[in-house]
Amino acid sequence: MTDAANTPAPSDMTPAKGSLHVLDARTKKRNAAEARFRIYGLSAVVIGLVFLVVLLTTILSNGVGAFQQTFISAQVYLDPAKLDKKGERDIEDIKKVSTFGYTPLIQQALFDKVQELGVETPLDSAKDMKALISASAAAIVRDEVIANPDLIGQTVEFRLLAASRVDGYLKGRVTREAVARDKNIDAEHLDLVDALREAGVIAKGFNLSFITGADASESRPEQAGLGVSMLGSFFMMLVVLALSLPIGVAASIYLEEFAPKNRLTDIIEVNISNLAAVPSIVFGILGLAVFIQFMHLPQSAPLVGGLVLTLMTLPTIIISTRASLKAVPPSIRDAALGVGASKMQSVFHHVLPLAMPGILTGTIIGLAQALGETAPLLLIGMVGYIATNYPDGLAGGFVDPNSAMPAQIYEWAKRADPAYYERAWGGIIILLVFLMTMNIIAILLRRRFERRW
Amino acid sequence: MTLKLTASALAIAAVSASAAYARDNVQVAGSSTVLPYASIVAEAFGENFDFPTPVVESGGSSAGLKRFCEGVGENTIDIANASRAIREKEIKACAESGVTDIIEVRIGYDGIVFASQLNGPAFTAFEPADLYNALAPKVLKDGALVDNPYNTWAEFNADLPDVEIAAFIPGTKHGTREVFEEKVLAVGCEVTGAFQAMIDAGMSEDDAEDACIAVRTDGKSVDIDGDYTETLARIDSNANGVGVFGLAFYENNTDKLKVATMSDVAPSTESIASGEYPVSRPLFFYIKKAHIGVIPGLKEYAEFFVSDEIAGPDGPLAEYGLVSDPELADTQAVVADEKTMGGSM
Repeated sequence: MTDAANTPAPSDMTPAKGSLHVLDARTKKRNAAEARFRIYGLSAVVIGLVFLVVLLTTILSNGVGAFQQTFISAQVYLDPAKLDKKGERDIEDIKKVSTFGYTPLIQQALFDKVQELGVETPLDSAKDMKALISASAAAIVRDEVIANPDLIGQTVEFRLLAASRVDGYLKGRVTREAVARDKNIDAEHLDLVDALREAGVIAKGFNLSFITGADASESRPEQAGLGVSMLGSFFMMLVVLALSLPIGVAASIYLEEFAPKNRLTDIIEVNISNLAAVPSIVFGILGLAVFIQFMHLPQSAPLVGGLVLTLMTLPTIIISTRASLKAVPPSIRDAALGVGASKMQSVFHHVLPLAMPGILTGTIIGLAQALGETAPLLLIGMVGYIATNYPDGLAGGFVDPNSAMPAQIYEWAKRADPAYYERAWGGIIILLVFLMTMNIIAILLRRRFERRW
Repeated sequence: MTLKLTASALAIAAVSASAAYARDNVQVAGSSTVLPYASIVAEAFGENFDFPTPVVESGGSSAGLKRFCEGVGENTIDIANASRAIREKEIKACAESGVTDIIEVRIGYDGIVFASQLNGPAFTAFEPADLYNALAPKVLKDGALVDNPYNTWAEFNADLPDVEIAAFIPGTKHGTREVFEEKVLAVGCEVTGAFQAMIDAGMSEDDAEDACIAVRTDGKSVDIDGDYTETLARIDSNANGVGVFGLAFYENNTDKLKVATMSDVAPSTESIASGEYPVSRPLFFYIKKAHIGVIPGLKEYAEFFVSDEIAGPDGPLAEYGLVSDPELADTQAVVADEKTMGGSM
């Protein structure tokens, strides 16, 4: 661009180089740049969507299997000679027979069934049935007998879990080639499984106990469920909600409406923003040092988990609350003050109700974050073989050792038996459903109640 | 305002809960190798007794013993699982914080195996010398001690595959590492003559022993601080990788891994029980005697753990991969008599 071209000189008026209808080189270049940018943007969106689709299909294809489980139906003869030697039906005597006393009865029941069906199999003793039945079966039968001692001497129909290898075979995870190298189960067992499946003794069904059940040890992944750790997460969220919402809202109202604007409040403000960026594991170490080692709160308790997650959620809630308080126009405050309301009345009667949808949205998103958090829980003892007992009562829910959903998923993912891998994915599906529900509620609240000025 | 009140009420409840709270379940932490066994026992314990199911956490032998030695009281753990024996240093640390009476319980033996991808290169037989040559920072070559020059396995043993060395060994916080050092690296060091060469070069015996168990730091040997699943993931993504696993873990993943013999012995519960397979180690748990009688079910849990029907050769632990202890009866007596380390009753 030269000066001569820019300054119109009337002496040598040349006609304009082109019309607006004819694109010159520079315009073409600019248009091309825009077109390229559109393509970049579009491909970024497409790449993002592809990742999302890949992620969701992987999760679904790996995890859906966890919602199905293989069951064996067996008619178990509850032999009085084995279960109640004295024959007095004394509950204390019956309790003395451990699960190891029940296992042979169940194996015998399945073996009798095989004989009755006339299935041809080289497996010729009741003990060979062991590989098919879950170790949990004995406990199920024993619990039933202890709850109902009159059953002893009768033949009772039970729906028992099949062993994880059998379950894996029906789901296609365990193949015949792999079985050749597996010491837990043989090809003969798989032949028998095929035959029993034909006869309807072994069948796949919906696995409710995956959603409601407790964690199980490594020898019986087929029994493990997410229910207890779900309760752990629930109690943690109660603590988080009860603490972080009032504290966060009170802090933001004070900072936004009442506090003088000076250096001190500036420092506080900057630190709250910084706190939101602190890695969550730091809060875990803090929780271990303060809540467990100094305050002597119980280890592995949802109460401590909730306190730690409260620290993590507070900045999120404070920041979103302050944003929604700021969004309320000053004219509302002025009008309230103008008709004689006190500062507090103007805040609580007018500003806060208008800011409520934003506050609730922020809270729900903060809770959703806390629900998916694992790292701080590692340090306060919530990962391991923990979520085994349902908490007894409301108080127990807070202090009894428990895990949380993401911590339970992490624990499953690191266990040796491949059957746990499937359950970890299944757990992720449940967790995602929870997170999606919470986010949808947040969106609906915002859509429905938020006012714009 | 009411919200604020609830919040403070909850905070007060939280503080007072700690004072009024009495723990009624056994708490266990420690070795991730012992965790599966401990969880199997805890589950069966919860099913068969009226006590609540014990809580078992992992984190490694050292981390578990550290927590164990924090002191006596309801907010400390009752039992530490360990895949190695407790060290003098740890006993001292325990004593300093008041944990003096410790009962040592040996539950059985665990084999350490070397495995690689099922369809990967043919790693089928190792000698301690091979692993020493592959992993040591200094090896003996042509009679001289040199910085490890080997890039592939075949360079020092023509029977091994000609592929890049990539070994995944347990990190130093794992008890498995100690056994690997003692029973593989130190042995290999001696067999190859590197140990003698170090002594000849004027090193003291202690220094030479330390040098023997060091591993190269040029990336051919990778420390895995996580669990065996992490090692498995590394092997899965690296066809040339060789990993260190527990026997039980390998036996649960035979569809992905193939195991190598060590000194021509294949690892199995039998070869480990007979002592033929060289790389095995005892597994332990440690009980705080001061907690017996305070924490309900603690002694019952320990007795149940070492009972014949659980830890015996036909019990669920052996089925999972534990090599049962031939001297289990002695261990049962130790638990029954609450015999602490150092012999006092």
